[in-house]
Order: sequence, then C-alpha cells, then structure tokens
Amino acid sequence: MNSSFLQFSSITKKIWMAFLGLFLMIFLVVHLGINLCLLRDDGGAWFTAAAHFMGTNYIVKVFEIVLFAGFILHILLGIILQVQNWMARPVRYMVSNKTYTPFLSKYMIYTGGIVLIFLITHFMNFYFIKLGWISNPNITPEGEPDFYIIAQQLFAMPLYSILYIVLFIVLGFHLNQAFQAAWQTLGVNHPQYNTCIQRFGTFYAIVVPLGFIIIPIYFLLIR
Amino acid sequence: MDLTLKIWRQKDSKSSGKFVIYPLKNISPNCSFLEMLDILNEELIGRNEDPVVFDHDCREGICGMCSLYINGRPHGPDDAVTACQLHMRKFKDGDTIVIEPWRARPFPVIKDLMVDRSAFDKIIQEGGYISVNTGGAAEANNILVGKENSELSMDAAACIGCGACVAACKNASAMLFVSAKISQFALLPQGQIEAKQRVKKMVKKMDELGFGNCTNTYACEAECPKLISRSNIARMNREFMCAKVI
Repeated sequence: MNSSFLQFSSITKKIWMAFLGLFLMIFLVVHLGINLCLLRDDGGAWFTAAAHFMGTNYIVKVFEIVLFAGFILHILLGIILQVQNWMARPVRYMVSNKTYTPFLSKYMIYTGGIVLIFLITHFMNFYFIKLGWISNPNITPEGEPDFYIIAQQLFAMPLYSILYIVLFIVLGFHLNQAFQAAWQTLGVNHPQYNTCIQRFGTFYAIVVPLGFIIIPIYFLLIR
Repeated sequence: MDLTLKIWRQKDSKSSGKFVIYPLKNISPNCSFLEMLDILNEELIGRNEDPVVFDHDCREGICGMCSLYINGRPHGPDDAVTACQLHMRKFKDGDTIVIEPWRARPFPVIKDLMVDRSAFDKIIQEGGYISVNTGGAAEANNILVGKENSELSMDAAACIGCGACVAACKNASAMLFVSAKISQFALLPQGQIEAKQRVKKMVKKMDELGFGNCTNTYACEAECPKLISRSNIARMNREFMCAKVI
C-alpha cells in the first residue's frame, strides 16, 4: 500500500468515515442480539451469560479495542469534516437553502451529536462499570457486575426509557442516511444496485432501532 | 409584474456589503431574469446610481457565467436551467426576490453579485486535461470507445463550471464539479494514462482552496443546470482509492 494513503485528504477522511460507519452498523446487530436476551423470562440467565462471554472472551476483548477506536475515529472525523465544512462558507446566505435534499441528510452532525450524548450516558451506565471505572453495588455471585439488574433498574425509570426510545428513533434517521451515503462514498453507485442499497438501508434503520426500542417498552408495559 | 428586489450590494472584495431594496414595475413575465436585471440597471443608470454588477456572457445557458442565488436556490426556482434561462413567469406579481452572490470561501465576492470563480480554473490546471503532443490528426477509429462510456463521458463533460453545486451545497463542496472533470477523462481510454495523477492532484488542489467536504445531501445534483449526476462523485472516489492504494 502506498504510504500516502495515510495523508488525510477530504476523500480519505470520508472513506474512513464510511468504513467505520459500516463496521459500527455490524456491531449494532451483535449488540441487539445480546440485548434481546433481556426479553427472555429466565431471570436474566441468557443475558448474563452473553455479558459474561463478551466480558471475558479474549477475541472479544481485542475486538472491543478495535470497536472503541472505531467509535472514537468515526466521531473525530465527523467533527473535523464538519468544522472544515463550516469554515468553507464563512458568510452565510440570508435566505436559507430551499434545494430538495433527502430527509434529515443535512443534519447528520446533529443526529450524530445526539447519538453521542446517548453513547456517553450508555458507557457510564454499562461499559465503564464493566471496566471498573465506575462502581455499582449490583454484583453476580461470580463477582461480576450484574448488568441484568442494572438494565432492569434503568428501564424501570420511565424518563430513561422514553429518552432511550427517542434516541433510537434519532439513530434510525442517522442510519437511514448513513448507509446509502457510505456506499456512495466508497464508490458504489450503479443503477443496478442503488435501489437495493437504499431499501436495505431503510430496512436496517427501521428494524434495528425498533429491536432496541422494544426492550424498554417490554420492561415498562409488560413486565 | 411589479416586484420588490432585495439585492446584495458590495463595493469591492474588501468592503462589507448589505442588502438594498429596489422596487421594479411593469416587468413582462416573458422577460428573462437577466433582462429584468438589465431593466433595473437602466433605471439605476438613469438615476446616476451605480448599476448592479452580475456575471453573464452567452445568455444561452451554456457558458456557465451566471452566478445568482435567487430566493434560496442557485439559478432560481426553475430546475436544470441557469439564471439566464430563468423567466419571470416563474415568479408572481408582487413577489419579493432576494438575490445573493454564491457564498463560499474559495469564491470571494468581487463586486455586488459577481464572484471570483478562478478557484475552478486552478483545479483544472492541476490535471483537468489530457497532455497531447501536437502532430497529425490520428484516425478516430484507432481507439474504440464503448457507447455507454462515451455517453457517460459526454454527460460529465456537459458541466459548464458555473459553481451552482458549490452554492447549493451546505458545505460549499466542489466535489460534483471536480468529479465531472475527472469522470469525463476517466471514462475514456485517452484519459487513462494520466488518470492517477489527475485525480490525486485535482483533489489535493480542491482541498487546498478550502472547499468543504461532501456529506451526500445531493443538493449539488438537484441544482446542477446540466444535470450532472452524483454517480460522478462515486466514480471520483473509486478513482482516488485506486490511485492511492494500487
């Protein structure tokens, strides 16, 4: 590989953003799979086993570092690109732009920012407890943090659950634009595939956030 | 038609500008937008006032000199036309029309509505050409070009470099323009020899000049008077990846 690949031109930054975004979308499906274990009426056995596996498996631990780096890089690149974009138009138009653009496509930095706020609270509630950076009294008999109890306690709070639902709706809008934009950035634009990419992106952006949204609804209304 | 024009007036590139309101009466709906500005300027000259400066040349929609941001849209409220091909029948009697220059850091205002778009020329100078040694004209059929590629190349070459893509983009990105100028050669065998250095140098220059980054809102494609497709941006990205990685 030519070493100049690492020189960050605008397109290079965008390509990294796209790769990382698609990578994070794969991770989100894995995360959803684990979270859906909360819906089983087994006292959290499956969920705790999954959390134990994710917390102790060495391959997962390596993957976790890559994932964390992916999150940080995706966020950093997003901010850098946005700051450059703001700088590219120092004098704004008096009449705001009336050109037709796909829904919320102009507001990716804002939907991304909202998701970031959620991500920070989510890390504080779960990931930092796992790392031992924040202490929590709920411990399993094996001495690990009991994420099932922690999740139950959080979802029992209506305000937390409502915020959780709203944030996943925002994430859905972010993902709907992001998926097709990522492929466009990676150079995949062909009449034969465009509709398929668009439809799959919309399908993903509805189904995956919906999967997450079902969980607080279940805890609030059914359990 | 009676109209109220709200026009950006700026003495020179160093001055700070402001909007000035001009009432205009008895404008024919069949008049072109630039003709309407001509009528305004005649009135201003008659009153010993400074006429509004705006870019224009062919007035046939092919030169790319028009650069008016009209009521929140580059080239105004019609699709796939430049401002010179926009007619006043697209407006209603009594309308207020706000006219601004293109806004982008690489397009500084020279005076009033006229902007300096030499940034585009600088990008072209980096590789938007095919180096050909002069000599006898070669037989055209010596190098065969597929019909589909020749059509796509011609579609990309239709870009008139007006800058509406930059003006429409919320990030003032020039990627549609640069991608069209890269694609018109990337699709042809003659363009292959310099393809890698072309895409690298033109993208580098685009970044240096301070254009924004594409965030895939496709406002550029929606406002392009020559209907340049965003598929050119994807092609440029592919070309760039190949040039950098391989």
